[in-house]
Amino acid sequence: MASDEVKLLGAWPSPYVLRARIALNIKRVNYEFLEEKFGTKSDLLLKSNPVHKKIPVLIHGENPIAESLIIVQYIDEFWASGPQILPSDPYNRAVARFWAAYIDDKWYPNARAILMADEGEAKKAALQGAIEGLNLLEDAFLKCSNGGKFFGGDKIGYLDIALGGFLGWIRVIERMGDVTLIGNCPNLLKWGENFAGDDSVKDVLPETEKLFEVAKFIVAKTKASAKH
Amino acid sequence: MADEVVLLDTFFSMFGMRARLALAEKGIEYEYKEENLGDKSPVLLEMNPVHKKIPVLIHNGKPVCESLIIVQYIDEVWKDNNSPSLLPSDPYQKAQARFWADFVDKKLYDAGRRLCTTKGDELETAKKDFIEVLKLLEAELGEKSYFGGENFGFGDVALITYSNWFYSYETCGNFSVEEHCPKLMEWVKRCMEKESVSKSLADPKKIYDSILVFKKKHGFE
Repeated sequence: MASDEVKLLGAWPSPYVLRARIALNIKRVNYEFLEEKFGTKSDLLLKSNPVHKKIPVLIHGENPIAESLIIVQYIDEFWASGPQILPSDPYNRAVARFWAAYIDDKWYPNARAILMADEGEAKKAALQGAIEGLNLLEDAFLKCSNGGKFFGGDKIGYLDIALGGFLGWIRVIERMGDVTLIGNCPNLLKWGENFAGDDSVKDVLPETEKLFEVAKFIVAKTKASAKH
Repeated sequence: MADEVVLLDTFFSMFGMRARLALAEKGIEYEYKEENLGDKSPVLLEMNPVHKKIPVLIHNGKPVCESLIIVQYIDEVWKDNNSPSLLPSDPYQKAQARFWADFVDKKLYDAGRRLCTTKGDELETAKKDFIEVLKLLEAELGEKSYFGGENFGFGDVALITYSNWFYSYETCGNFSVEEHCPKLMEWVKRCMEKESVSKSLADPKKIYDSILVFKKKHGFE
C-alpha cells in the first residue's frame, strides 16, 4: 500500500464513523470508504483494531488509528495545513475535549437507554439524563461559539464534530421514543440546522428516514437477544 | 504575572496522581488542596459542577477537568519551558499514546474496582479480566523501555498511577501482578526511579488502608 493512502473502515449509520468522515472532508482528504457489513467483522477490521474490534478505523498507509475522537485529532494534526479542527488555545482545547468526553461517557449512554430500556423508571431516568445533558451542551454552545454558528465559532470544530456525529440519531430517538430532546434547546436546534447544511457534512450525514429503519432493526434485535 | 496553579485532588486517586506527575515532569509549582470526597468543598463544586470530581486543575482561576485532559493541557501550556514533552510530536505516535491511555481508563479501572468490591465468582472474573488487560498492556510495551519508546510519556503517565494500587488489587484478589506480568513490573520499577514518579505516587499501604475504610463504610467486606 502506498504510504499516503487513506482508508476508513466504517458503516454509514455509525455516529462515530461520521465524525471521522466529516474531519476528512474538512481537510479535503481523499479516502476510500470500506463499508463493514452489519453483524460481521472483516479480517481487515480484526487485523487493524485487534483490541476493540470496532469501527471506525482509519488506515493511513500502514498505520491504523482507532477510536473516533482519537482519529479526528490525528486527522487535525497530520493534515495541519488544512482548516483547524481543534481550537488553537490550550484552554479552549481542554474545554472542547471535556465536552466531547462528556458526550461519549455520560450523554450517549442515557440517549441510547431511552430506546433500549424497558418502560418505567429506567427509561424516565435516561430521558431526564439526556435532556439535562443537552441543556448543559446548550450552555456550552453559548460559551464556546463566541457568537458564531458553531461550537468552533465561524467554522465547524472538534466539539461540533463530536456532537454532530449524533445529530441524526438524536432526531431518530426523538421520533422513536416520542420524546423531545434537542427540540427544547433553541440554540442547539439552530446549530443542528447549520451543521447539517455545512459542505463537509451534508454529503455524508445519513438521511434520518434511513437511520430510523436501521434503528428499528437494531432496537428490536437488541431487545430480543436481551430476553434470551 | 506569575501563574497561579492549584490542584484539587485526593491522595489515593490514580487520576489525581496523573496531574501531579505531569506537573512534576514539567517542573510547575502549584498549590495542592486535598479534598474530602465525603464532604466536597464549595470550590470543587464550583469548578467541576458537571462531575463534581477530582482532579481539577485551576490555572489562573480557570478550571480544567478530567485527568487525561489535564495532562494534555499541562503539556501544551508549558511546552516551551525546556521540560520534556509528554506527548510525542509525531501525529501517529500521539494517536497511539492516546489510544493506550484511553484503553487503560476503559478497561483497567472497572476490573480493579470489581476486584475490591466483589466476592466469589464475581471476584474471580474480575481477577481474570484485570490480568488480561495487564497482559495486553505488557504485550504493547514489548521490549521498549517505556510505552512512549525511549522516553517516558503520556501512555506511561496514564498507567503508572495504577501501579501503587497493585498492592490493594493483589491483596483483594489474592494474586501477584509480578507472577503474571514480570516485564510490566520491570517497567514499573524503571518508572519509579524517576523522581517525578516516586514523589507523585502514594504509599501502596496507605491506599489499601483507605480502601478498607471504603469497604467497611459501603458494606463490601
